Amino acid sequence: MLGKLTLSAIPLDVPILVGTFTGVVIVALAVLGAITYFGKWGYLWREWLTSVDHKRLGIMYIVLALVMLFRGFADAIMMRSQLALAYAGNPGYLPPHHYDQIFSAHGTIMIFFMAMAFMTGLLNVIVPLQIGARDVAFPFLNSLSFWMTTISAVLINVSLFIGEFAQCGWLVYPPLSEQQFSPGVGVDYYIWAVQLAGVGTLLTGVNFFVTIVKMRAPGMGWMQLPVFTWTAFVTVVLIMAVFPVLTVTLAELALDRYLGMHFFTNYGGGSVQLYLSLIWTWGHPEVYILVLPAFGVFSEITQTFSRKPLFGYRVMVYATLAIGVLSFIVWAHHFFTMGAGPNVNAFFGVATMIIAVPTGVKIFNWLFTMYKGRIQFNGIMYWVIGFMITFSIGGMTGVMMAMPAADFVLHNSLFLIAHFHNVIIGGVYFGYVAGLNFWWPKVLGFKMNESWGKRAFWCWFIGFYLAFVPLYIAGFEGMTRRMNHYDNADWHVQMLIASFGAAVIAVGVVCQLMQIYVSIRDRNLPESRDFTGDPWNARTLEWSISSPPPAYNFAVVPDVHGLDTFHTEKQIGRRSYEGKTLTPIHMPKNTAAGFFVGAFSFVLGFSAIWYIWWLAALALIGIFATVILRSFNNDVDYYVPVSEIERDQAKYVRSLTAQAAE
Amino acid sequence: MANISATPHGTAHGIDDHEHHHTNNVFGFWVYLMTDCVLFGTLFATFAVLRTQFAGGPTGKELFELNGVGLETALLLLSSITFGFGMLSAYARKQGAMLAWLAVTFLLGLGFLVLEVREFAHLIHEGAGPDRSAFLSAFFTLVATHGLHVTCGLIWIVVLMVQSFSSQAFSTRYMDKLQCLSLFWHFLDIVWICVFTFVYLLSVI
Repeated sequence: MLGKLTLSAIPLDVPILVGTFTGVVIVALAVLGAITYFGKWGYLWREWLTSVDHKRLGIMYIVLALVMLFRGFADAIMMRSQLALAYAGNPGYLPPHHYDQIFSAHGTIMIFFMAMAFMTGLLNVIVPLQIGARDVAFPFLNSLSFWMTTISAVLINVSLFIGEFAQCGWLVYPPLSEQQFSPGVGVDYYIWAVQLAGVGTLLTGVNFFVTIVKMRAPGMGWMQLPVFTWTAFVTVVLIMAVFPVLTVTLAELALDRYLGMHFFTNYGGGSVQLYLSLIWTWGHPEVYILVLPAFGVFSEITQTFSRKPLFGYRVMVYATLAIGVLSFIVWAHHFFTMGAGPNVNAFFGVATMIIAVPTGVKIFNWLFTMYKGRIQFNGIMYWVIGFMITFSIGGMTGVMMAMPAADFVLHNSLFLIAHFHNVIIGGVYFGYVAGLNFWWPKVLGFKMNESWGKRAFWCWFIGFYLAFVPLYIAGFEGMTRRMNHYDNADWHVQMLIASFGAAVIAVGVVCQLMQIYVSIRDRNLPESRDFTGDPWNARTLEWSISSPPPAYNFAVVPDVHGLDTFHTEKQIGRRSYEGKTLTPIHMPKNTAAGFFVGAFSFVLGFSAIWYIWWLAALALIGIFATVILRSFNNDVDYYVPVSEIERDQAKYVRSLTAQAAE
Repeated sequence: MANISATPHGTAHGIDDHEHHHTNNVFGFWVYLMTDCVLFGTLFATFAVLRTQFAGGPTGKELFELNGVGLETALLLLSSITFGFGMLSAYARKQGAMLAWLAVTFLLGLGFLVLEVREFAHLIHEGAGPDRSAFLSAFFTLVATHGLHVTCGLIWIVVLMVQSFSSQAFSTRYMDKLQCLSLFWHFLDIVWICVFTFVYLLSVI
């Protein structure tokens, strides 16, 4: 009846988990209680959970990302403290069984549920606004994507309290991840969570591809596309090209585990090397999927706060495209040591080094944009400068490891760990946080607090170097990754410093939470409110409308005539929508279908993990039934009447003139 | 700059926007099919890598009977033609003819599936199931993934047949769905031709 699920699956013997569980339950009850107390269930359901508005979905994605950041960061703190303690006679407080789950969960959560969710959130919020569209091409699919991502995040966190998580790293390499060596449910949790989230990501890719190709404002040719949208475009192309590969790879691993097949087993003709090639065919483009939008964010911010157009817009676009193409021919550098031979290794080594060229071009473009610019050195620019320094160092250590000879020494050492945290924290995370600070006023109508933002930056920036430079050194000293105990005194010093660095980053995370709290608390202060819709005097279309924008974004679809039309119009003192007649706007209605498909998918995943097949079958029927019922529903859209648009417009003009009068 | 205040253009776009909205469905579905193409491409790549990993078990040459597979192929190819006739009837707004052609397509597709399941059952019965060797794992996974797609296509055909009686019938939205299904069905045909060539013929030669 309940498959493999028994009461013993609940780890009551692990005090850390019981404590965490109690904490989660208390917080959850508090949140649910507060929603009930304030009578917000209807509001939440109607305005958010069933929303197909890309801005609201974007906000929910980013909230999810921040919650997952918290979870992933808690894992990081546990690993660092374990390694600070577990030297020589001291075994530390995390036995290998638990420690292995923590490093696997840390990587999986940070990449799939923190970074991917944050990236998708930024895309959702910004891309339609930048291209003058009223929503994405498929608003219902957008809601569905969000729910697939969210339920997968829930599923992976359920593994904390029911059963266990994978113990074989964030990419679950076989043969260790096969049934023979990992008979528990951990790898199954991994497979189902990542697969279901992958469905959401793939649909997001298709959705934004069509949105950018088909829904740009009239006159916006490809070379008038804002840089962030360009990077988003290359990212979604990469998503469409590689996420199906991930789906197949994990499906094959699942078939090995569930049906005893032999894709990646040690015997029966299976090939472990095939798995590595497949997973990195997805995995290497994946890091560009994450970092390209961050590059877009930096480009927008740099040009805005340098008060200059971006230096080398076209070069920036071509560099982005070049990175997109090159990302497909470097995957084997993840396993130089496997023995593919000197020629193969040389090819992939050289290809990897070549990627540094377009990336370097971008760094110089940003520097030249700042050169002789009238730079506003605010908290957002802190993240940009911090990125340029940190990411350049990370890039250089990457080129070091691109040399197969050097990689044979550094492979699987902490040097590698330091390298990819260097580019992912310094590139991806700094970029997303900068983007959050930059576009926050557009979405919510008030700016983020500057002082707490700067405090967060300094803690993250200094903490990063304290936490990861020791790992470079320990890597050179021969310390490998994924160890939970060691007896080398040289390493111990490094581990102590790294733990201190992690603590400094923790202060940074607290500062970020404080920044969000203080910003919301002070939202009505005159200096934080954004009356104009253009608080930074920026260049692209999203700043030409009120903050927050109405549900339909643009009362009149803007005419685009050249790059940075909005900036040009500000210069000549005229706006392209002036004098245009308003017409009713066609908009999609909210729908609960995405939520229900997500809920059924959660049940499907959970029951498949525990071999509860009757429930899995019911859930599958539920998914099909929801989709088919949705297909029969004719009541899917509505028109916003002109009177309502006029009312919104009048309100915006009032706040504009009030601001001008001050 | 002259067109900044060109009101007629703005109004025209309002209508335009609506037009765009429904063409996006078919284009979007086509883009989705391209990702599906990558999915099959990966399965084919896996098969190419593992196709000689028999692990002492039977080879493709010993197992595959081209007659049955040939019949499957014929059924599926024929179903593409009948679907095409169904589309023509739909464009002509002839509900009866469209239903008849879709029904024929459904039966041909179902026939294809029955033959495939029979082949699978036969292989498993002979001890050549997907857990026998890496070659058979890759074979079963590739062919069954195609079969699952066909199953989804069959469900979709039924849904659209039923919807032709609803108020949606022959609306733009309905025609979009029919066109998407048409793309899907022909796409599955193309994939099958690759399966037939690279999996069956190449193994038997």
